[in-house]
Amino acid sequence: MAPLIEFRAVSRHYGTGEAEVRALDGVDLKIDRGEFVAIMGPSGSGKSTAMNIIGCLDRPSRGQYLFDGTPVEHLSPDALALLRRHYLGFVFQGFNLLARTSAQENVELPLIYKGLAAQERDARARAALAKVGLEGRERHDPSQLSGGQQQRVAIARALAGDPMVILADEPTGNLDSHRSHEIMQLLQGLNRDEGITIVMVTHEADIAAYARRLIVFTDGKITSDTPAEGQAA
Amino acid sequence: MIWEAFRLATRSIIRNKLRSFLTVLGVVIGVASVIAMVTVGQGSSAQVSASVESLGSDVVVLRPGRRGFGPGSRGGRPFSLRDTEAVALLPEVGLVAPVATSSQTVIAGNANAQTQITGTNAAWVEVSNWTIALGRNFNQGEDRAGLAVCILGQTVRRALFGGEDPVGQTVRIKSIACEVIGVLAPKGAASFGQDQDDLVVMPIRLVQRRLAGDQDVNSMQIALASGVAVADGVAAIEVLMRERRRITIDKDDDFSVTDMKEVATMLNSVNSVLSGLLSSVAAVSLLVGGIGIMNIMLVSVTERTREIGIRLAVGASAGQVLLQFLVEAVVLSALGGALGIVAGLGMAWVASGFMAIPFAPDPLIVALAFGFSAVVGVVFGYFPARRAARLDPIEALRHQ
Repeated sequence: MAPLIEFRAVSRHYGTGEAEVRALDGVDLKIDRGEFVAIMGPSGSGKSTAMNIIGCLDRPSRGQYLFDGTPVEHLSPDALALLRRHYLGFVFQGFNLLARTSAQENVELPLIYKGLAAQERDARARAALAKVGLEGRERHDPSQLSGGQQQRVAIARALAGDPMVILADEPTGNLDSHRSHEIMQLLQGLNRDEGITIVMVTHEADIAAYARRLIVFTDGKITSDTPAEGQAA
Repeated sequence: MIWEAFRLATRSIIRNKLRSFLTVLGVVIGVASVIAMVTVGQGSSAQVSASVESLGSDVVVLRPGRRGFGPGSRGGRPFSLRDTEAVALLPEVGLVAPVATSSQTVIAGNANAQTQITGTNAAWVEVSNWTIALGRNFNQGEDRAGLAVCILGQTVRRALFGGEDPVGQTVRIKSIACEVIGVLAPKGAASFGQDQDDLVVMPIRLVQRRLAGDQDVNSMQIALASGVAVADGVAAIEVLMRERRRITIDKDDDFSVTDMKEVATMLNSVNSVLSGLLSSVAAVSLLVGGIGIMNIMLVSVTERTREIGIRLAVGASAGQVLLQFLVEAVVLSALGGALGIVAGLGMAWVASGFMAIPFAPDPLIVALAFGFSAVVGVVFGYFPARRAARLDPIEALRHQ
């Protein structure tokens, strides 16, 4: 079976000539279904660029990106939107919830684009919020929720679309250590119990320790790819 | 999807009530002025038609002075009652009502009213298409002898007697003590707002002798005999009057015969040119309103860049983002259109009241204005919406 995510000599360049920046430089990478991968590296090492490409928000300048065996590097923006809609879920450092919009409606957002009927959206959003431990907070605005709760809403939003992969870009970057560990346990549980593949970028070693595989980027290349047998469980 | 976009749009409009209102103000003003112009224009057209209708069919008016329309003579000798008799003898003519007017104060008890005295004969009621509401018309004897009897218009009756029945009472006009024998049914206001019911009708000989002090007839209302074409009737009257007034072949008429239908047509065409002109000025403000919407939508797209990024990340396609902003622009401008329609009809209603013309809203124009304002939304919302749809999701998510 083909890996879920496969990079074949993927490069991503910005600018041209003298000013050319190689954010990614011929990266090969395979991630299988059900993995929990942490990506680390100093800023500018290319880890965010790699995440954007995995998330179909960006396309490689050179090389091939296969998602579930299908090359996607030449797909149109609309086709990439479809991929995001049906297979991917995002969790961001800054939560990125819609302001003045209830938790429930935030979680329903991807379901609207999936074209689900209002009733089913409601049920799925409630279930997703329950899964992240936010029953009874459906009507709360992001401004009425703590940072940890906001990130839970964001995770529920990623879950509601029933994705194959959750891409988490420094999901604990804005949280204190106690909340960070709660969020990580939640993600770990989703990976373990629901079999959702998780790819996470982080700066912190103790957060990365929740993953089962650790990839380190340096200067646009993968410099280390080791199992990180989830000690922090 | 459209429904979701619509729901979102209404919510964002409700959230920013003041800003939304200011955004659509241009469209509101544009639509309101178009609606007000057209409604008032049509009201006054209807009024012209109605007042011509109230003159009765196939009635022409003979006045001294050169051709033209509007009240008052412009030079030219007045007519006499002999002219009236001569016109009445024409085979083309049915009834003739001579008119001599005089502005006087009418007194009854403690009340008085400044009004127009119309001296005429018994035919006048029929020729001018009036109805006697109370009492009776003059009889032949009163007419010929110029007895002191009078018929009141509704406005005068109300001013002098209120709700009472004035028939049989006496009113005083200068030195005349005049018996009220009838009251006219109301006709309402004429074009350009003069009150047609503000008058007292008396036998013409009485007016000439006791009020005007001359033998003049200021104008004649002439009903043509049935089956006579208006042009033939007018021609016959013109030939007769040239002869009676001894106008040589090389001179122009010093009187005019006006076919009221012709006047109405002319007034109506002036009317429609005017309201067309004003409406096109108003349409320019709709255009300006559209630009206002575009401006605010562009600001809104910039403000909501991050939101757009989130939507793109969770799987919205560019088309769906475009649709969302387009729907928002259309909802905004349609809302502006609806407000404008209400405001415009309101203005037209007030103006109709002041101008004493009927309030004649036209559903077609209302629908058209509403549709047009929605189109303004599509046209001016497209550019900002396209800008939103073309945002790069990564850049948009990074936007603060």
